[in-house]
Amino acid sequence: MISHYLEQASTFARDIDNLILLITLTVGFWFLLAQFLFFGFILKFRAQDGKKAQYISGENKWEKRWVSLPHYATLFFDVLIIIAAIRVWQDVKMTLPQADSTVRVIAQQWAWTFVHPGPDNKLDTADDIRTVDELHVEVNKTYHFELQSRDVLHSFSVPVFRLKQDVIPGRTIKGWFKPTMTGGFDVQCTEICGIGHGIMAARVLIENAADHAAWVKANAPQVAAATPADNVPTGGSR
Amino acid sequence: MSSATADAGHGHHDQGFIKKYLWSTDHKVIGFQYLFTGMFMALIGGFTVYVFRMQLAFPGMSVPGFGRVTAHDYNSLVTTHGSVMIFWVAMPVLIAALGNYLIPLMIGCDDMVFPRINRLSYQLFLVSSLVLITSFFVDGGAFGGAWTAYPPLSAKAAYNLTPHGAPLWLVAVALEFVAFLLGGINFITTVMNSRAPGMKMFDVPIVVWMIVIASIVFMASVGPLVAGAVMLLFDQTVGTGFFDPSRGGDPVLWQHLFWFFGHPEVYVVLLPAMGIVAEIITVFSRKKLFAYKTVLYTAIGTGVLSFFVWAHHQFVAGIDPRMANIFSVTTLLISIPVAEMVFVYIATLYGGSIRLTTPMLWALAFIGEFLIGGVTGIFLGASGSDIYFHDTYFVVAHFHYTFFPIAFIGSFAAITYWFPKMFGKMLNETWGKVHFWGTIIAFNFIFIPLFLTGARGDHRRIYDYTHFPDLMKAGMQEMRVLATLALVVLLAFQVVFLVNFFYSLVKGKKAEQNPWKANTLEWVAASPPPHGNFPELPTVYRGPYEYSHPEAKDDYWPQNQPPQTA
Repeated sequence: MISHYLEQASTFARDIDNLILLITLTVGFWFLLAQFLFFGFILKFRAQDGKKAQYISGENKWEKRWVSLPHYATLFFDVLIIIAAIRVWQDVKMTLPQADSTVRVIAQQWAWTFVHPGPDNKLDTADDIRTVDELHVEVNKTYHFELQSRDVLHSFSVPVFRLKQDVIPGRTIKGWFKPTMTGGFDVQCTEICGIGHGIMAARVLIENAADHAAWVKANAPQVAAATPADNVPTGGSR
Repeated sequence: MSSATADAGHGHHDQGFIKKYLWSTDHKVIGFQYLFTGMFMALIGGFTVYVFRMQLAFPGMSVPGFGRVTAHDYNSLVTTHGSVMIFWVAMPVLIAALGNYLIPLMIGCDDMVFPRINRLSYQLFLVSSLVLITSFFVDGGAFGGAWTAYPPLSAKAAYNLTPHGAPLWLVAVALEFVAFLLGGINFITTVMNSRAPGMKMFDVPIVVWMIVIASIVFMASVGPLVAGAVMLLFDQTVGTGFFDPSRGGDPVLWQHLFWFFGHPEVYVVLLPAMGIVAEIITVFSRKKLFAYKTVLYTAIGTGVLSFFVWAHHQFVAGIDPRMANIFSVTTLLISIPVAEMVFVYIATLYGGSIRLTTPMLWALAFIGEFLIGGVTGIFLGASGSDIYFHDTYFVVAHFHYTFFPIAFIGSFAAITYWFPKMFGKMLNETWGKVHFWGTIIAFNFIFIPLFLTGARGDHRRIYDYTHFPDLMKAGMQEMRVLATLALVVLLAFQVVFLVNFFYSLVKGKKAEQNPWKANTLEWVAASPPPHGNFPELPTVYRGPYEYSHPEAKDDYWPQNQPPQTA
């Protein structure tokens, strides 16, 4: 449903889309049934001359079934949706699969800084690659991200990954994703962060192994000048 | 107190007018004060949305009546729209205006038990409105950190760039809460103590019950937020660090305080609207309300459950992810009582004798449209799918399908239904229906496109999408333009309402005492009711919904009619 308009570019994008489809089908059915009865009654029971309305209190046992049957149906489908939702949630937010690489994402009014681990695949070393508003990742590799903010709340959102996580100053929030297709896609800030909120855009560039390696090689700082790691002042825990 | 000084300007010769309309303790006049203030604030809320929707449809244009919209303007407009529509339109019209006007009339007494607290409540509300309006004109402009005012953005002028707008916004909101606390005390006490002789708990009309339950929920939820507002005000003005992480504070704490109030608040305004609908569908289908007690218990159940769902606004806000599981469960469970209320209303229509008058059309539209708002909420209450939908236009469309039916469809239903009682004149039915269809059709053309843009990734509070290539794909901008055009049509149709309202007020056909042949006690009083309401206080013999009763000679059976005359 969503995938018709927006690529599924992470492993869990399909799970989230399927959950959305499941909810659409279950609540859609009940929604249509309710609207059908609702409009049906309005049409069928229009006032006619000399015809009195029925007197129904709704307090008798069989009349109460009008309410109790939908009650149990709602409960049943709620439980179904809860189970499906929590399964997806656990996969995306509560597990942290072994990472091939880790990137640091630093938000500030109103730009994204991405710290890539560089050739040694380790953060906080001299060969880290820092970019602004451009995140480079390799397809089919599992990434951990570390979210930090320099000022206010932001939210790291990559719609094609179906991923969203608020960024809180003073904390480092970890999560993961695994890109499944190459291409360039939007990164959004989805928490209002001041007047530049609307321009706080970035791109994630998912490259195949060769292209990514080439990008790393071309952009890695010259390690020869053994400068100490350039730690980012975030005002909080690291 | 400020209205005292404002009044002084009118001079002494007009004392009678002031005493009667501006300094009154009569519950009906206070209801009107709230109603007209709410209607005026709705014009502000409507104007702001017109300006920022025009910017979204035609980025960079000079909006007629406003001019070019800067990013700063855009944020202020969005913030003002949200705050005004909820705190200064839905609350005053649905709870304060209708609660004040209807409660004494519907329970058959002459006034609220604390009339002067009631007057103070409105005066505080008026001050809060004036403070909010003042904040538009101070240096730096109105607050632009969204109606949720998350710190640290809201806490520091260096971040939000509204050094005066932000504190004024907070003061206005806090004053507004105090006003409604005072009003709520009155509603609850009056209903518990001043019911007409013979009116038992289960003879109280549902709308009165709903306002009482809403007032209790409001009183129980608003405390933490008032405390939070004071803390945030201190952070802004005297440099404390309650929400500042660099000094040991926690910005997420505000979100808990805000939403612990903010989500019950949804039900605070929903329940009175549900009550209005119950009154109207019973009258115009000539049916007894299906399962009165079920409605009452589900309303209480909704009120109780509403205290346990707040963190579904914070699934991706950095709370412990395990907490999301608990709040997913509670959030989906609240669908049960709310769905039950809707089932009961649909069941009430069964076997009825339905007349599609203007108030009935509004009441039915509430059910039909609110259903859309209800079912789309499931996508957001389910934690897994909320990861994607959170802070997108899907959320915006969802809550407008709840709030628009509540604040506007519900209010229009109430105003068209009680107008004859309030002002002693009939509204014009034809123009009422023109207004209805124009509003309802346009409303759906605003928000169905926004469901679609939201599902495709449009995120909220963005003044110009051209920086996001994925959001500028074919069809996206067209939907934004469609929504904006529909909004302009919707706003244009409100002129029909205002003209009909004020024209009928002056020149409308005179209303009978009970034009709709309804059972509840307000229709026993004259139209409009004089000071003191009833010539002699009524006695109640039965419940409020005995329509088409086999033992009654008419298809209605007023609550105050003694049994032997039936």
